[in-house]
Amino acid sequence: MHKFRALLTLLSVLMVAVVVQAQEGAAKTTIGETMRSSGRIYVVVAVMLTILIGLILYLVRLDRKISKVEKETM
Amino acid sequence: MANEKNYMYKSWWKILCVVLLLFTFIAGLLIKVPNLPALEETSRNLFFHVGMWAAMMTLFTISVVNSIKYLRTLNLKYDIYARQYATVGIVFGLLGYATGAIWMSYTWADPNNPLFESFSALAREPKLIGAAIALLIYFAYMVLRDSINDMDKRARISAVYNIFAYAMLFPAIWIMPRLLPSLHPGQEGNPALNFKDVSSTMRMVEWPAFIGWTLLGVWITTLKIRLSLLKERKMMK
Repeated sequence: MHKFRALLTLLSVLMVAVVVQAQEGAAKTTIGETMRSSGRIYVVVAVMLTILIGLILYLVRLDRKISKVEKETM
Repeated sequence: MANEKNYMYKSWWKILCVVLLLFTFIAGLLIKVPNLPALEETSRNLFFHVGMWAAMMTLFTISVVNSIKYLRTLNLKYDIYARQYATVGIVFGLLGYATGAIWMSYTWADPNNPLFESFSALAREPKLIGAAIALLIYFAYMVLRDSINDMDKRARISAVYNIFAYAMLFPAIWIMPRLLPSLHPGQEGNPALNFKDVSSTMRMVEWPAFIGWTLLGVWITTLKIRLSLLKERKMMK
């Protein structure tokens, strides 16, 4: 749990710079406005994140399955 | 063997991998990049295309370390490790090659670019040839392994071959492209690793990206290793 919290802190620290940049232009932050700003790049971000998260969830599932088989064969 | 709690069963570095990759995907697309001639927005590919090569290099290094460990201990476990790390290294290498093909088509190998003469310039491109040689040597490693039936002989011969393959990586992808004229950037040094080349905001994403991709490769490899250890145990029974 401690490690998990440390990693979350790391992510938020890394994110600070991005958030600071993102706030330069955008005063209003409703989701529709965000998705339509800067050439709709956020749509691409959302698509790529969906793919990445999907692949990672698949990996996690594989990891769990292998762990289960490992326990059974012990 | 599963009761030894080594890094493969820990989860903190897997979480770190996910966090770094999420950061790479979000920040890599949203930060401001310097508007370089010919590259423009495509310089964001530094986090993805070059990340593939960084992961490949690290995986091949882990693979050769395990081969040396095998030769020192003759423990077949290390042979499985070396093999799986090399396999996933090849996958990342192929991804690096494929992404590079897309990237160059719109930058230095763009037919609209006055520096680019013709397709024959591509065929003479030392970086592409070098990377192809390196990958083919690793393909040969797989073919060599699977053509030997005796387990100990296979492990020993392929471990020695793996060391040679790793030694060939350096002239093929690091030295040769620097000696010959090339259109691919980075002939004068290490393009992505040079602190003068990469702007500081990009560096802030670059290193997390490299580490994240490498950890992803290691994660996939450990799954493959655990599967083949299971298979091995089943055969023993």
